[in-house]
Amino acid sequence: MDQIIVQILNGLDKGSAYALIALGLTLIFGTLGVVNFAHGALFMLGAFCAVILSKILNISREVLVEGETDFLGNPLMRDVPVVYDWFGEAAGAAIIDWNVPLAILFSIPIMIGVGFAMERGLIKHFYKRPHADQILVTFGLAIVLAEVIKYFFGANPIQTPAPAAFTGSLDFGVWLGFDPLTIMYPYWRLVYFFFSALIIAGVFAFLQFTTFGMVVRAGMADRETVQMLGIDIDKRFTFMFGLAAAVAGLAGVMYAPIVAPNYHMGMDFLVLSFVVVVVGGMGSLPGAVAAGFLLGILESFASMPVVVDILPGINQIIIYLVAIIILLTRPRGLMGRKGVMED
Amino acid sequence: MSKSNFTRRGVLKTGAVGGAALALPQYLRADGHAGFTNAPGDSEVVLGFNVPQTGPYADEGADELRAYELAVEHLNGGGDGGMLNTFSSKVLDGTGILGREVKYVTGDTQTKSDAARASARSMIEKDGAIMITGGSSSGVAVAVQALCQEAGVIFMAGLTHSNDTTGKDRKANGFRHFFNSYMTGAALAPVLAANYGTDRKAYHLTADYNWGYTTEEAIVSSTEAMGWETVNSVKTPLTQTDFSSYIAPVLNSGADVLVLNHYGGNMVNSLTNAVQFGLRDAVANGKNFEIVVPLYSRLMARGAGANVKGIYGSTNWHWSLQDEGSQAFVRSFGTKYGFPPSQAAHTTYVQTLLYADAVTRAGSFAPCAVAEALKDYEFDGLGNGPTLYRGDDHQCFKDVLVVRGKENPESEFDLLEIVEVTPVDQVMYAPDHPQMGGADASLGECNNGA
Amino acid sequence: MTDQTNPSVTTAAPSPRPRAASGGFLGLTKRDSTLMLIVFALVVLAPFILNPFPEGSAMAQFNAGYPDLMQRFVIFGIFAIGFNILFGLTGYLSFGHAAFLGVGSYAAIWSMKLVTLNVIPGILFAIVVAGLFSLVVGFVSLRRSGIYFSILTLAFAQMMFAMAYSVLTPITGGETGLQIKNTDTPLFGGPTDGSIGRANLFGAEMGNSYELALGNWLFTFNLGYYIAAVFMLIAFYLSIRVFRSPFGMMLRAVKSNQQRMNYTGLTPKRYTLWAFIISGMYAGLAGGLMVAMDTQVGPERMFWTASGEVVIMTILGGAGTLMGPILGAGFIKYMENIISKINKDILHEWFAFMPDGLEDVMVSLVYPFIGKGWHLTLGIMFMLVVIFLPGGLVEGGQRIAAKFRRNKTAGDN
Repeated sequence: MDQIIVQILNGLDKGSAYALIALGLTLIFGTLGVVNFAHGALFMLGAFCAVILSKILNISREVLVEGETDFLGNPLMRDVPVVYDWFGEAAGAAIIDWNVPLAILFSIPIMIGVGFAMERGLIKHFYKRPHADQILVTFGLAIVLAEVIKYFFGANPIQTPAPAAFTGSLDFGVWLGFDPLTIMYPYWRLVYFFFSALIIAGVFAFLQFTTFGMVVRAGMADRETVQMLGIDIDKRFTFMFGLAAAVAGLAGVMYAPIVAPNYHMGMDFLVLSFVVVVVGGMGSLPGAVAAGFLLGILESFASMPVVVDILPGINQIIIYLVAIIILLTRPRGLMGRKGVMED
Repeated sequence: MSKSNFTRRGVLKTGAVGGAALALPQYLRADGHAGFTNAPGDSEVVLGFNVPQTGPYADEGADELRAYELAVEHLNGGGDGGMLNTFSSKVLDGTGILGREVKYVTGDTQTKSDAARASARSMIEKDGAIMITGGSSSGVAVAVQALCQEAGVIFMAGLTHSNDTTGKDRKANGFRHFFNSYMTGAALAPVLAANYGTDRKAYHLTADYNWGYTTEEAIVSSTEAMGWETVNSVKTPLTQTDFSSYIAPVLNSGADVLVLNHYGGNMVNSLTNAVQFGLRDAVANGKNFEIVVPLYSRLMARGAGANVKGIYGSTNWHWSLQDEGSQAFVRSFGTKYGFPPSQAAHTTYVQTLLYADAVTRAGSFAPCAVAEALKDYEFDGLGNGPTLYRGDDHQCFKDVLVVRGKENPESEFDLLEIVEVTPVDQVMYAPDHPQMGGADASLGECNNGA
Repeated sequence: MTDQTNPSVTTAAPSPRPRAASGGFLGLTKRDSTLMLIVFALVVLAPFILNPFPEGSAMAQFNAGYPDLMQRFVIFGIFAIGFNILFGLTGYLSFGHAAFLGVGSYAAIWSMKLVTLNVIPGILFAIVVAGLFSLVVGFVSLRRSGIYFSILTLAFAQMMFAMAYSVLTPITGGETGLQIKNTDTPLFGGPTDGSIGRANLFGAEMGNSYELALGNWLFTFNLGYYIAAVFMLIAFYLSIRVFRSPFGMMLRAVKSNQQRMNYTGLTPKRYTLWAFIISGMYAGLAGGLMVAMDTQVGPERMFWTASGEVVIMTILGGAGTLMGPILGAGFIKYMENIISKINKDILHEWFAFMPDGLEDVMVSLVYPFIGKGWHLTLGIMFMLVVIFLPGGLVEGGQRIAAKFRRNKTAGDN
């Protein structure tokens, strides 16, 4: 029983990452109709916002340490972060410690900017082009973005820990009446889950309850009619692209403490995010979110030792197996709209 | 017209550069008497450095490449000579190999066996490389080693730790200086038993591929010999990045040690996840819960940050070693590049020197002659103490380092401290050991190519 | 996943003509015969064309006329030609075609390990096995269309990759893959002296080469390459025939309007399934040839990036055109094998004629794009091609040709 609860928690956590990425992707792909192979790269850029901020906060001046030498026998220079000079050592250390939460704030304008630039500079010219061309250009862009990051940060993963206050685990089981120490769950993963839920709710509320959102939804359903009504739908679509990039970026920046970012993490998530969106159904935001959580939870269960013992290798293929079953039983995924990307 | 399996472009290339006027049409085989693939001309010899330059191991590949460049510089008489000064064999004098200047070509393995073989084949067929070396994965090493066997060139393996490279997939033309899974198990188990006791229950998470299997097998058998019990071992997909689903069940499984048979990015992520789930602070069976990482890579350990503190593992070499050879290498590498070399850099540098030395001692570039020179060759002064290149399986036998994540690192390179130098006798095994492919494994015949 | 906005991607595919059109041979029209002859000439003369620079010169780095790369050009050409029959004609975008290449490879290597080292049975076996797999995958996946179809094929391929990598290790060799070993004893004609068997065609080994030195130039004529080339010419010929046949017409109809096909009493799925199987068999042929040329298989051949690569090759060259896929395949393999091998030393050699300061500046400017940066160059090239040549490389060729024609007519006047 305790294992099942832990795996549900794990599933929710994975699911919230999948759901966030899929939500961003479906805003672009399911509704604007652009096959965006650079979406994984946006996720990766988000995670690197945390890395970049930590590099900025750790900009240091060198101080000579008396009497010690480095590995070559030269006098040892020790780095002292400049923030220490500005805010004092204690406050400076705290700022560096809280790098990831700060990076969340830091990433929002950056990612919206990246989204705007991408849409205005490139994607705009591809709305009317065949999907094949969209794939090629966004795949090219994804490679370029990843390689630029690799050029500056190398290929190895870069540890970006959560603030010390969040590094421990919560004894979750005690609340549910289990013995202490049976169900432990890391704080940061809980934060990730709640923060994701907040973002998802925010995006839905925005689309559902604001006039802007209403126009965008109308534009998704029937772009031409909305345009005929004299509404500048293009500007709104640009904004939607920025929003999608920000959602992907937030998913990435909060993910950085869970999995150390590296330059190809975007490619690792790319295929998965397409599977999630399509299983959820093209053009459906709730579908994407539901599919994200569903696949996350199933993946977690499939990796339980008991399950793997019965069905060897199931943990490797579960997502794809479920995708096949759902797509064969429900023609348009969980909640897909008829006619979107169907021919 | 001549007939060959692999070309000897090196000859023509150097010949042409040397200004030897070739009549038209000229049929190749000027070196018909040499009788081996890519026999070099009189002025230069080409080595092929095949390392991952893209993909997850690109940084290790870059470090290997730095070491190769350094080795070439030293062989050609540049720089401070590095380990040439400390090497027990003194035949290398800085005039290249057998009087020929060392040139090199580079390629990208992408950590894929197909791409690695394509790159190696282009070095052999196009650039006339006489020896291929490098790699940062056992799958790639086995694939390229088989290719070199077929083509008739020498393969000096880079970073490859799976038993199979010199076990069931050993080849007469392939040589490995790096240690292997078996040695890790044999060196690590006594240290673990001494520190954690002999009545431990271990839980293994194993990357679901070849290296993972051999490492798990080695650690399981050597820790069980110490009295440990293996509670469970679970395979994790190689492409996994979030290991939470695999880590979460560990705490309540009755185990009190977690062994992470993961390397590279897998290791960084699974270790980070394990720490997040509080395993390091946990108590199981009345003992402190412990984590073990059999194969450490310092480059990757950096990615795991503070999580490696106090965690045991093994490594082939570490820059903090105080012997003369290691210090000489660290000095020349550090002076040239500004940071200490990794174990990948060390093994590739040493392999290049060993190859050059073997050619010089053999007086020939012919692969069979080189193999004969390396067979049961004993040497010293290359950083690992007295070392034997065993003729039965072309594996180096030397002391193994058991290391632990340092509690108070002084710099970003100072992540591991050496706990014990396990003497070579303790990690020795018979060439037909069951983990090494048993009695069926054989080197086959050495191949000089066409 | 086709487009709704622009149904005419197939810019270079002229409407089919009567089959008895005069002027050609082998049932081809005059224009197709010319194309076929051009391809034939290119393939046969490839060892010359791809080695334009003398050995030992600074530009020799760009020579591609060595056996391994030439073999890869034609093998990936076959793969892309087959993929184009499905994608270019029907518009169904399979994202799992590398799986068929992979199973073809496994089939071929097992044939060589167990039956004979002759490549022909291995290649035939590869085609058959890949065909069977594509029948099953196609039958299931074609129940959906558009993006849903793409994801179904992707899911099948990823499952096959994951199984080959781990659970099926006894059959596939796992990560290490399979090679021919000296312990293998094929039923017919294995080596008896304990050496490792080599792939051959009735005794002639794939690695056999004739080398011709002309001045400072060295040209390599490799048996394996020419065998693969024969297969590619056949594959290309069949693809022309498919493009021009009533069957090809049906496939185009699937792309432009399935509903109308349904109304006329035709079953689009039957035609699409055949297209899927044919392209799967092409992939199997490519996989079999890969093993024949280089006796080794690894599972990463089936990974989604490999499937993505053939999609990119086809689009880059020009989807729906006859030559496009071959050009795309050649372009990507050239970048992968040539650009990735340029290193800093070579750059210094190139720019050695410059004054020292300028040399260093040039080297540091170019360095990020070569060697380990070859992915970056590839990504930039993708974007440039699709932005400036919407129809792919073929369109680039057409534009150049058109320019020449215009110049010529201007000159005539």
